[in-house]
Amino acid sequence: MALMEKFRKTELYKSIFRHSYQDTQRNRALQIVDNVFLHLHPVRVPRHATNIGFTWGMGGITFLLFLVLTITGVILMFYYRPTAQYAYEDMKYLMNDVPFGPLMRNMHRWAAHAMVLTVMLHMFRVFLTGSYKPPRQFNWVVGVILLVLTLLLSFSGYLLPWDQLAIWAVTVGTNMARATPLLGHEGPFGPELGMRINNDVRFVLLGGTEVGPPTLLRFYVGHCIFLPLIAVIFMAVHFWRVRKDGGISGPESKKNF
Amino acid sequence: MQQFLEIISKPDNIPIILLLVGAIFFSWLAWTKARRNDALEAPVEATLDDKVQVWPYLVRVEFLATIAVMAILVFWSVFLDAPLEEPANRALTPNPSKAPWYFLGLQELLVYFDPWIAGVVLPTLIIVGLMAIPYVDINPKGNGYYTFKERKFAIVVFSFGFLVLWVSLIVLGTFMRGPGWNFFWPWERWDPHYVAVLTNVDLSELLFNIPTRLPNNAINPVAMMFGAVVVLGYYSIGPVYWIMKRKDDIMQKLGLVRYAIVSFLLLTMGGVVIKIILRLVPTAFGLNPVKYVWVTPWFNI
Repeated sequence: MALMEKFRKTELYKSIFRHSYQDTQRNRALQIVDNVFLHLHPVRVPRHATNIGFTWGMGGITFLLFLVLTITGVILMFYYRPTAQYAYEDMKYLMNDVPFGPLMRNMHRWAAHAMVLTVMLHMFRVFLTGSYKPPRQFNWVVGVILLVLTLLLSFSGYLLPWDQLAIWAVTVGTNMARATPLLGHEGPFGPELGMRINNDVRFVLLGGTEVGPPTLLRFYVGHCIFLPLIAVIFMAVHFWRVRKDGGISGPESKKNF
Repeated sequence: MQQFLEIISKPDNIPIILLLVGAIFFSWLAWTKARRNDALEAPVEATLDDKVQVWPYLVRVEFLATIAVMAILVFWSVFLDAPLEEPANRALTPNPSKAPWYFLGLQELLVYFDPWIAGVVLPTLIIVGLMAIPYVDINPKGNGYYTFKERKFAIVVFSFGFLVLWVSLIVLGTFMRGPGWNFFWPWERWDPHYVAVLTNVDLSELLFNIPTRLPNNAINPVAMMFGAVVVLGYYSIGPVYWIMKRKDDIMQKLGLVRYAIVSFLLLTMGGVVIKIILRLVPTAFGLNPVKYVWVTPWFNI
């Protein structure tokens, strides 16, 4: 312990930790403000904001699951090649021969399902507490965009195992795009506008006329790079707006009732 | 019944069970909180508005929640493997082919609507409608606390959309739709050779015996006009109601643009319910289910 005391007085220690850990009001505040991760929070919040019965914690859990998905996803990328030739074999390898491979894949899949669930419940809570009301209207819109991105992320990941479940679920899902009004070759006024099976919106989505190897690559790039990037940007806006719009929602004050 | 148990215990269907349980639990939780607040002069949240420091009061809650979530996730992942079926094979279509679970409510809508409505228009309207909520809900009350009394209309509509149209259609689409997307009760076996004997009719045929198609297979203009009158007539409930009630205080506050958006979205939501009823109810009386209300050469509704 004496050694620790000595270490605390060194320039190295002080350059990393800017304040002491004594339990004072000031240090509690610094603990939040001086930490790049924690300073997402304000220093103080209304008491009801710490009540899990009020918030259900669903927004925070969604973010936690996103972090879990990022980490497990990056690990999975080391073992997976997005080509029709290798994708399924890589899955088998991952599930049978890679140490902790099944754990990583299972966590990725279950966290993804759970994230869709927690996003829905978060939205339900925000609606029921009227938290989209002024001044938070726009942050609700950002939240809806994040809901869509979550669904797209989950859907694009669904194809990657390249098994029967994957290919047919994505076939069913993307078949809807055929029927897009104006832009699909089977949609209202689509053929009249020159839409064919090989030039409509579904063709762009799949990179072909059916779910095939180009689709796998497209969904892979979308799943691992494009969609997470967009989601991170909208998440940044979402969290920042929570702070700028006055922190977590709550009634104005009891004297107004 | 055994097959039903197999389906609900499929690892990929666990989220649906969780969604069902979660939706019921959180509805109950919000309901009790709303009732409690409604009985008080000021909501409980307003009396808890003194400030506490985030370190440690909020951070510790987040920390505990993180531990709990990670523990559940690890436990879940250790004991249940993510599904990995046979390699992808375009020549072998499984029956039924189902989208991922969160889209099964929309896939279920394919029973009642053509793909351009069920797969494109309705999802788009759901997204746009959700985004519009803060701008069309002009009720200033109930901002930041649970209440029912102060926002009955908003809460009833949203809960109906989420719990009935979203959650229960997902449950129906996953657990009760078997081969050929035929309906099976939980105690029935999914028989791949089952053929539902259904002769679809259109609304004009059911009600007035006006055939949709002429003997030469061209579309009957009378039936097409009938469909147009029904659909446009239904949507004209919006403008008619506006003309009748425009002097009302609430309508004045809402304004024409907001009213137009709200009435269109509500009528569309109601239309989905009506179309589901038109499809399911006639069979209960020995009549043929309704396929379309309005048939045109370009689109069918």
